Amino acid sequence: MSKPSDLVQGTLDMLVLKILALEPLNGWGVSQRLKQMSSEVLGVSDGSLYPALHKLEQRGWITAHWKLSENNRRSKFYSLTRLGRKQLEKEAADWNRLSAAISGIVKFKEA
Amino acid sequence: MTFEQWFYSLPLRLRSFFRRTQVDQELEDELRDHIEQQVKENLAAGMSPEEARCSALRAMGGVTQIEQQCRDARGGNLMDDLAQDLRYGFRQLWRSRGFSFLAILCLTLGIGANAAVLSWIEGILFRPYPAVAHQERLLALAGTARGETGATEISWPDFLALQRSCTLCDAFFVSKITGSTLNIGERAEVTRGSIVSANYFDAIGVRPILGRGFEAGEDAGSDAHPVAVISYQLWRNRFKGDPQIVGKMQRLNNVPHTIIGVAPEGFYGTFVGWAMHFWVPASMEETFESGGYKLEDRGARWIEAYIRLKPGATRAQAQEEISAIAKRLENDYPSTNRGRGIRLWPLWQTPFNNAATLLPTLEIMLAVGAFVLLIACANVGNLLLVRSFARRHEMTIRFAIGASRIRLLKQLLTEGLILSTLGATGGLLVAYWCRHALVLLFPERSGVAMYLPGEIDWRVMSLSAGICLMATLIVGLVPSLQTRNLALAGALKAGSTGVVGARGKAWARSGLVVFQVCLSFVLLVGAALLLQSLQKIRTASPGFSTTNVVQTGVSLISAGYDVPHAKTFQEELMARVRALSGVESAAFARVTPLGYGTYSSTPIAVDGYQPPPEEQPAIDYNQVSPDYFATLGIPLLSGREFTRADDENAPLVAIVNQTMAARYWRDQDPIDRRLQVNGRWVRVIGVAADSKYESMRESPKPFFYVPLLQDFVRGPALYIRSAQPLQSISAALLREVHALDPNLALYETITLQEQVDRSTSPQLVAVNLVSILGGLALLLAAVGLYGVMSYGVAQSIRELGLRMALGASTGDLFRRVISRGLRLTAIGVLCGAAAGLALTRLFGKLLYNVSPNDPLAFAAAVAVMTITSVLACVLPAWRATRTDPARVLRD
Repeated sequence: MSKPSDLVQGTLDMLVLKILALEPLNGWGVSQRLKQMSSEVLGVSDGSLYPALHKLEQRGWITAHWKLSENNRRSKFYSLTRLGRKQLEKEAADWNRLSAAISGIVKFKEA
Repeated sequence: MTFEQWFYSLPLRLRSFFRRTQVDQELEDELRDHIEQQVKENLAAGMSPEEARCSALRAMGGVTQIEQQCRDARGGNLMDDLAQDLRYGFRQLWRSRGFSFLAILCLTLGIGANAAVLSWIEGILFRPYPAVAHQERLLALAGTARGETGATEISWPDFLALQRSCTLCDAFFVSKITGSTLNIGERAEVTRGSIVSANYFDAIGVRPILGRGFEAGEDAGSDAHPVAVISYQLWRNRFKGDPQIVGKMQRLNNVPHTIIGVAPEGFYGTFVGWAMHFWVPASMEETFESGGYKLEDRGARWIEAYIRLKPGATRAQAQEEISAIAKRLENDYPSTNRGRGIRLWPLWQTPFNNAATLLPTLEIMLAVGAFVLLIACANVGNLLLVRSFARRHEMTIRFAIGASRIRLLKQLLTEGLILSTLGATGGLLVAYWCRHALVLLFPERSGVAMYLPGEIDWRVMSLSAGICLMATLIVGLVPSLQTRNLALAGALKAGSTGVVGARGKAWARSGLVVFQVCLSFVLLVGAALLLQSLQKIRTASPGFSTTNVVQTGVSLISAGYDVPHAKTFQEELMARVRALSGVESAAFARVTPLGYGTYSSTPIAVDGYQPPPEEQPAIDYNQVSPDYFATLGIPLLSGREFTRADDENAPLVAIVNQTMAARYWRDQDPIDRRLQVNGRWVRVIGVAADSKYESMRESPKPFFYVPLLQDFVRGPALYIRSAQPLQSISAALLREVHALDPNLALYETITLQEQVDRSTSPQLVAVNLVSILGGLALLLAAVGLYGVMSYGVAQSIRELGLRMALGASTGDLFRRVISRGLRLTAIGVLCGAAAGLALTRLFGKLLYNVSPNDPLAFAAAVAVMTITSVLACVLPAWRATRTDPARVLRD
């Protein structure tokens, strides 16, 4: 599975989980939200988003339902499961720890 | 993935496997939805419709690739792969049909042998009575006597006491095998049946399909309730399924019985070895058993019983309770019960039926079956190794274009699974055909074939499935050793010309052959030991002469003779028999040695002999007529034989055997000493040599004889010593019997040698079974050796050609191949001999006067193995000599 090269491995999963934790969305919605929230810095290609969604669904972290979207089209909506919420907490904690450590090192060099 | 996740996503995975088109359609819809949205966005931003679409597609990337990535992410692959592997595996196996056939045949034989043995163990030892409710809680109950090993019968009053006081069992019933001549219409035949307690049918949960079972109280009184339940088979075959059968009369042992019920189909009673065809209540015991009315005699031990534990109770708890009751009986009735205990046995160890005789053989068969299966697996593994070499090119290419090792391993295991599943199916068919085959190995007795059904139930099936899985692993993993070190470049370069590169592989194949030779050698030694043992047991002297003596009997009880009439008849018959030409002597005896009947047993006392405390010596004895010792050829060591003068009016006398004399009179002469038998004193008048009484394998035991006229029975066996052939004696005898009473029939007339042979039939069965499977193992090992040698020759054809070109003669090449084969055999035999020294102990229980490490058996096994391997190597060796050096070198 191809992954955006400038995205730390595994981070995409966490971002998607975080976005879906706020509200259930379809694939399009997730991709738009990703662009908005990261001010397009991350530049996740739509091509790599869908395999990630399917993988998360397969792992039991998110679940999908077909329903009508705002503009009356049948669309596949994803929402977070109980397992997914736990996973998100874990990954967020890991990320916080990791980024704190890294930024600590970076700051230390600057000083 | 955690279990929770796995469980959660299971429906998804199943869906992506079974509803593949729908899932694909949804994926397509989802992606199209995204693109449409993007297009709309682009249009809103002012692009032309065409531009908007192009840009949206560009942003997405290759739709097909994404779809594939999504499918991969879904991981429905596991099952996709399996389906693919199965399809591919079947195609591969079909392409090399010869190989597949051989492999499946090997596995069929290996798994079939095991499944058959398991079905016998299930049907004979663990679930012997299919129609009986809750067999898993049934236990056999029999008596014990202090100072003696083995089981004894129990008495009716003791049984009633146990039945009353036992709280841990919900059923307590008697079932004692008996027999009767059944005359219906023109046909007369011996039929087996059971004497049972009145609660029998209720206790085992069997409802008669017609009429009723026995009612409470029908097992009390002397000949008080002549009623019988008959088996379904008897009803169908002999009474033509008469719907009005209930209430009809049928003579059993010449006593009219009212048929009160018909047992359901598939119920064969509760005795391992024979199918029961009628059941009578215990009150009819006198009609079927010798020894008179015994229901109120605590000293008369004649019944065999079963209990069923209450749910949750264990055998140990029940044993504790029953031992306490037995202890109480011992205190209350010391004269009959001193030193007597009651013991429970699991069904598979039931001491009083054929479970006990077959147990050691079936135990051995488990080990033998495992050996055969391992040999078969080694063979298939070897075949697969050869093929995996041929498929190395294919594997390398698949590996090179990106198949993971795991994926290749899965493929190999799948092929192994296909082979072993087909083998297991074949094996279960083999087992199904063989499930009743055990009977064929037993000689018929009294014209009635034994009934030893195997049972193929879910337990046998699941064990066989387990065996099949194990075989899959062995068979699939052997060739996968090879994929472990696939050297990509090397293998691709070498191409498909198949240059033998690896010493390692030859080593693996040779190792497998050595393993096979080793295992089959152990089986050969086992078969040789059993054969030797059978030889010894059949030629061993039982202590009486087996040639020129025939044994038969006249059924006087069935004919309704009372005691005075029977005495006169016996006397007249004896006079007529003695007068026959060629008859040297003749005699009667109540019980035939090594036969199925039970000897009378009595507590004894001897002047001057102090038994150990808490022990009541009890000794078996036989009632014999004058001339018994002369007729059977049992030497009298001192004293005299019984004579016509030792009748009911004369002082009571006995003849003891050597062992008894030595034990109770301590080397003094027992002649004219006193011996207490059944509470009466008798005078010892002779000492007879020891002989075998119940089994050829028994060790010498105390035994004595009393005159038939002083302890009369109406239906004794008749022995005739004569040099005439069996048929002419039998015909002459029948004439004399009919001259006295035309309504009488003779029992089966057989020689005493035949009697000995019948009593050793379990040994014969063991020999047959181990020989059949040992032969199978040998054949499989020979095929394995042949395969390795042929392959070796085919692979080293270049080397052979070169040798020939350099001047080696065909003889040299021939010897070279043969000696390589023999080298493998020799290693295998050495390993086998080492294993054999440790393993043949397992045969100990079945051996008679043969050491498990008998050198003769080992030597015989070496000889057979060597000859077999030479035979297996001849064809490959001959092929080696046909090498055309010119052609080989040119290629």
